[in-house]
Amino acid sequence: MIAVLKHELSGYFHSLTAYIFGAFLLAFVGIGAMIYNIQQAIANFEYVLSFVSLLFVVLIPILTMRVIAEERKQKTDQLLYSLPITAVQVVAGKYLALLAVYFIPLCIISVYPLIFAQYGEVYLITSYGSIAAFFIMGAALISIGMFLSSLTENVGFAAGIAIPVILLNYYSVSLAEHVSSTAFGTAIVLCILCCALGAVIRFLTKNEGLAYGVSLILIAAVGAIYIKKPEMFEGLLPEFMRKLSLFERFYTFVSGVFDLTSIVYYFTVIVFFLFLTVQSLEKRRYN
Amino acid sequence: MITVEHLTKRYGEFTAVNDLSFEIEEGHVYGFLGPNGAGKSTTMNIMTGCLSATEGRVSVDGYNIFEEPDKAKRLLGYLPEQPPLYMNETPLEYLKFVGEAKGLRRQELTRQIETVILQARLEGVENRLISKLSKGYRQRVGIAQALLGNPKIIILDEPTVGLDPIQIIEIRDLIKQLGQEHTVILSSHILSEVQAICEKVLIIAKGKLVAFDKPENLEKLFMASQGVSFVAEAKKDEIDEILKEMDAVSGWQMKALENGSTRVDVQIEPGNVSDICRNIFFAFAGRKKALLELTSKKANLEDVFIELTESNEPEAERGESNVTEAEMKESYTPEAAVKKGDSEEREVEKE
Repeated sequence: MIAVLKHELSGYFHSLTAYIFGAFLLAFVGIGAMIYNIQQAIANFEYVLSFVSLLFVVLIPILTMRVIAEERKQKTDQLLYSLPITAVQVVAGKYLALLAVYFIPLCIISVYPLIFAQYGEVYLITSYGSIAAFFIMGAALISIGMFLSSLTENVGFAAGIAIPVILLNYYSVSLAEHVSSTAFGTAIVLCILCCALGAVIRFLTKNEGLAYGVSLILIAAVGAIYIKKPEMFEGLLPEFMRKLSLFERFYTFVSGVFDLTSIVYYFTVIVFFLFLTVQSLEKRRYN
Repeated sequence: MITVEHLTKRYGEFTAVNDLSFEIEEGHVYGFLGPNGAGKSTTMNIMTGCLSATEGRVSVDGYNIFEEPDKAKRLLGYLPEQPPLYMNETPLEYLKFVGEAKGLRRQELTRQIETVILQARLEGVENRLISKLSKGYRQRVGIAQALLGNPKIIILDEPTVGLDPIQIIEIRDLIKQLGQEHTVILSSHILSEVQAICEKVLIIAKGKLVAFDKPENLEKLFMASQGVSFVAEAKKDEIDEILKEMDAVSGWQMKALENGSTRVDVQIEPGNVSDICRNIFFAFAGRKKALLELTSKKANLEDVFIELTESNEPEAERGESNVTEAEMKESYTPEAAVKKGDSEEREVEKE
């Protein structure tokens, strides 16, 4: 794992990736700090972070698009398979390297509140709470980007999927207001999701029986709940979309609440997508 | 060293490797021979743990590659068909990563990198970007990578493909040299290469093992169908008379040449070819008839290869039809084999 981590880090710092990522992040945080903290003289640094978070829609895919797709394209993934290291070690090494690249500009950013504190009263606790949450949210988005990169050998395609996925996540709260909140609507959407899950299972395992079986059982369960207790589905869908949003949870930190459930949620997302990435790598072996 | 038992790999409907079993012993250079698409690379990928098998098992020095991949992989060095190189690195950086991943540290790492750079003759280019190196050097970086960690077994998948003749000779020399200290398995579809380097040959066709022996033994196997050919300054009836007296001769064709001599192709019964040549020589000498040419047609690995891989094909296609092997041999011509080989390649490409 250490070998992969060192190798990835030297790769990022030999190429422009790490510098471009850092430069963009610092530039936009700088602009945000100018607008909010200096021009409007607001003493809350966390507003800057909430302003910058939209930038992740573009920045994270740029950072993560190559991480596994490039290995596939250059056929170097075969080297990783033949070396005495496990897929878990490969994924962990690569992920930690990405985190390090993301962590360095954040270290510089975390000096800003201290500088502002020299010239007035800054709420340092909420500032640093938000910076910590900002880091963990970014880490969750990186794990999603990494998983998407592991699905394809086309680097552009990896970024092309990651951008809409993160954008959808960003807007899922606004979209939640427009989706059906009736029990019937929810049941229909759940059925569609069950079918989609079946399709994914079929694609991954090439086992039609299992895919149809899982879909049918889940659809039957949804149907049964809808007939017995339709009130369970009332408003479930918008609620679900609101809960799913990584960005919405970050705004809780910006408003000054250090929400532990959100931290747990972020970690769940990280572990889940890293697990999927490992599976995606292992699946290649069974292809 | 490596034991492969009932290995099968299926991609959906397509069977790439079909019930393959063989055992590889320590300290030889093995050749993996087969037409394109025969399952060479798939087998090698499974042996090195890059690919899973549908059925069967592979064990390296007693460690199962699927159950104890960590221990088994430490004994293997693998160069895939396309060398897995990071183009934006120098050979030194690349080897450092591979060495660290193989668990080498500090002095041991530096020492081994120095050794493999010398072995693969990479000195002088170790600080240039791999993307700027020629194909031959890239191949060497790939081999150097496989040598790191001093593995007992080195597996090379088509190591000379795409190289120029001089580079091919250099890489072959390197492989021969490696064969003195390691067990080397290399795959190829070039026969002369295998004949030149390998001590033992595995021929696979359509995912099945069709032969596994020393090259010279494989040739001997097919001596039976071979013959002797000579040019004599004698008339046809004289030649008929001489050949009729010989027991080992089963048949012959004659063709008059322009200068009054006759070319004769003789089919012989299995036995020592040299004896027959000697008999022919003395028989003609005894009658004061000169022999202008006398050659025994030796089977070469190429014939063996075509015979084995081709005879496998009609069986599979025709299924239970009652074609005897003799009939198949008779209807076989090298030209047809070449054509068949071509169409087979095209099929593989389509897939």
